[in-house]
Amino acid sequence: MGDVFLTLQDFMTFTKGVTYLIMVAALCGIGLFWRFLNARDDD
Amino acid sequence: MSISRRKFLGWIGAAGMTSAVGRKAHAASNKQFTGYAEANAVLHDISLCIGCRKCEDACNKVNDLPPPKASFSDLSVLEASRRTDAYTYTVVNQKQTSGNAKPVFFKNQCNHCLEPACASACFVQAFRKTDTGAVTYDETVCVGCRYCMVACPFEIPAYEYDKALTPRVTKCTMCYPRLIDGKLPGCVEACPAEALSFGKRDDLLALARERIRKFPERYVNHVYGEHEMGGTSWLYLSNVPFDRIGMRMDLGTRPAGELTAGALGAVPIVVGLWPILLGGIYAVSKRKDKIAAEEQAEAVAAALEEANAAADARLTSELEKAEKQKQLAIEKEVQKALEEQAAAAAEKAAGADGTADVDKPEAGDDDSRSSTE
Amino acid sequence: MSDHTAETGKSVFTLFNLVAGIIVVMGLILTFLRFTGGLSTVTNLSDYNPWGIWIGFDLLTGVALAAGGYVTSAAVYIFGMKKYHSAVRPAVLTGFLGYALVVLALNYDVGRPWRLPYPFIMQQGTTSLLFEVAACVALYLSVLFLEYSPAALEWLGLKRARNLAIKLTMALTFFGVILSTLHQSSLGALYLIAPSKLHPLWYSTYLPVYFFVSSIIAGISMVLFESTLSHRYFKDKMSRTYLDEHNPVTLGFGKAASYVLAGYFIIKIIGISVDNNWHLLGTGYGVWFLVELLGFVALPCFLYAVGVREKNLLLIRCTAVWTVLGVVLNRLNVSLIAFNYHLPSTERYVPHWMEVGITLFIVTLGVLAFRFIVTRMPIFYEHPDYEDAH
Repeated sequence: MGDVFLTLQDFMTFTKGVTYLIMVAALCGIGLFWRFLNARDDD
Repeated sequence: MSISRRKFLGWIGAAGMTSAVGRKAHAASNKQFTGYAEANAVLHDISLCIGCRKCEDACNKVNDLPPPKASFSDLSVLEASRRTDAYTYTVVNQKQTSGNAKPVFFKNQCNHCLEPACASACFVQAFRKTDTGAVTYDETVCVGCRYCMVACPFEIPAYEYDKALTPRVTKCTMCYPRLIDGKLPGCVEACPAEALSFGKRDDLLALARERIRKFPERYVNHVYGEHEMGGTSWLYLSNVPFDRIGMRMDLGTRPAGELTAGALGAVPIVVGLWPILLGGIYAVSKRKDKIAAEEQAEAVAAALEEANAAADARLTSELEKAEKQKQLAIEKEVQKALEEQAAAAAEKAAGADGTADVDKPEAGDDDSRSSTE
Repeated sequence: MSDHTAETGKSVFTLFNLVAGIIVVMGLILTFLRFTGGLSTVTNLSDYNPWGIWIGFDLLTGVALAAGGYVTSAAVYIFGMKKYHSAVRPAVLTGFLGYALVVLALNYDVGRPWRLPYPFIMQQGTTSLLFEVAACVALYLSVLFLEYSPAALEWLGLKRARNLAIKLTMALTFFGVILSTLHQSSLGALYLIAPSKLHPLWYSTYLPVYFFVSSIIAGISMVLFESTLSHRYFKDKMSRTYLDEHNPVTLGFGKAASYVLAGYFIIKIIGISVDNNWHLLGTGYGVWFLVELLGFVALPCFLYAVGVREKNLLLIRCTAVWTVLGVVLNRLNVSLIAFNYHLPSTERYVPHWMEVGITLFIVTLGVLAFRFIVTRMPIFYEHPDYEDAH
């Protein structure tokens, strides 16, 4: 785990995996942020 | 192995993730991947192959594959072009390249790419490029989607279509279990013509170039597999152009993973920007609705007001008219009364002078005077 | 309610029921063969042709044609085209059934269907476009189920659950559009890994964009096609609102389809230019490519436009069918006809009749489920208890 990626395949497996987790977080986060942003609107 | 992917989600714990991402940062910024330095490879010198099918025989035995329909010593099999299938991990084909020259024989099996298309395509990571050089397949996770077979540019993986419940993808394993035991791959061990050489990839590349340098008139000046699809662990030297024996020269040098990297990279961007774009459109359409509603309300109010004003005006004018009419009527009545009175007075005056003077001395006078005149 | 339908539709549905019954029985037999004898007993799949019509038609085309759900709900809820509101429920239902059938078809196609959750629970093959497709299809099927659920809950009389589901509408619509963008495009991107096998006229780095844009076209056209059929067979189930909005919906959707087709035509031309494939247009595959591009993209684009300009609803409806066929053709071209173009004809794939039989069986199941639902649940009309809900 500590050493560098020797193949593109390993690198992409890792980075895409992290990106998928970020995507899940982003979708939840942006929804909550939308509500925060619009919570005090008049209508 | 650089990472234990089976536990992928497991070790991306909160703490693990920061340290892992941090540590890999400099490696990640370097977009060159060296591959496994000590990885093994096989060099197949097509010019040396005699088409004896001993490699096929050995492959069949070491992999415990079912016996073939025709014996491996039956060379008439070579007359038809064959490909790998579920129970044949390697095949030798022959090609008559020119009229009366002796045919060219060439062996075909998994090329064990440095960046395997099958591994890139597999959605359960059933394929692995191992540090031995072998690309292995894990049947315990395989779903059987066969995307690896679509992806493989060399058309190697085969499928056990005849198995109802336990079909597997099959392909040459480079005799991975034998490599672990320090043995040669079955086919290499069996080859009587030294058409197959086993060793470190770098050494075999050097060997191949050395042969081309020594016998330039014998070999095509190309080591097939050095760069094809990002390079393979199975290398080929040939005395006939590779595309003449069905080995595609148009595959390019980019590994399969790079072909899909763009599309994969677009995925998180869509996830990042679509909510912004759609949210914007939604906000605009909602605002448009709101303004339209407000405008409508305003218009309604204005119309109401106008109507009220008009009604008021009409009412006033009606009232005025009525007043005027009333006035006129009164005046008319008054006039009528006066006239009647005057007429009566005149009558009276004509009848008896005295009384008229008593009642209305001046007017009576005037009237009587005017009427008499 | 169902008895009533059966009575009114008797003349139409007796023959229909008979044919559907035969297909279902055949399908069950084929299913038995598939899971006892393996893929080789019912398919013509080979080592050269690992994907047949169950992928090319059931998956690729099925997903494209089920795009009406996200296109319509996005138009109504996000773009604010409220006048199309009555088109949402039928479109979402069609989408939901479409995706459910896609997943059902995958259970026939993959070797060990009970392992379909493995990409998520065992090892995540994150480098694979198929992982992305699988994740999105699984999530989107759930989204469509939730989007459809108010109709079922109204039917069942579960008010609180129904109101909860209605509250989720906006979030589900957003999520649905994002997921659809991703997997519609990724289905095209599946083929990016095989430039050596797909004919260069169809292979393009724009494949994901083409698949996404044509899914919008397919979605709109399917809404038109489905509403035409429904109009014919389920008119007694339709509310005044639905019937009143039917013609404006047809005109509006026809106009949208025409415009998107125009854009699709332009980017297809750009694709040829970017890869400098002009010279290939003169070959046999080139002629076939032009048939698709001119006959099934440019022509319906023009016909839709004429239909909208002249308010010719019949022309729009016929064009919708033609456009749907065009999308089917495109998906089959990419997955089967122009795929493995380099192989000799003896190695090429032609579907086995039993593969077609299974596909027919699955489509029939979809039609039956659609009929079951629209004759019982508030799809073409609003449930009397919730009429003022929006």
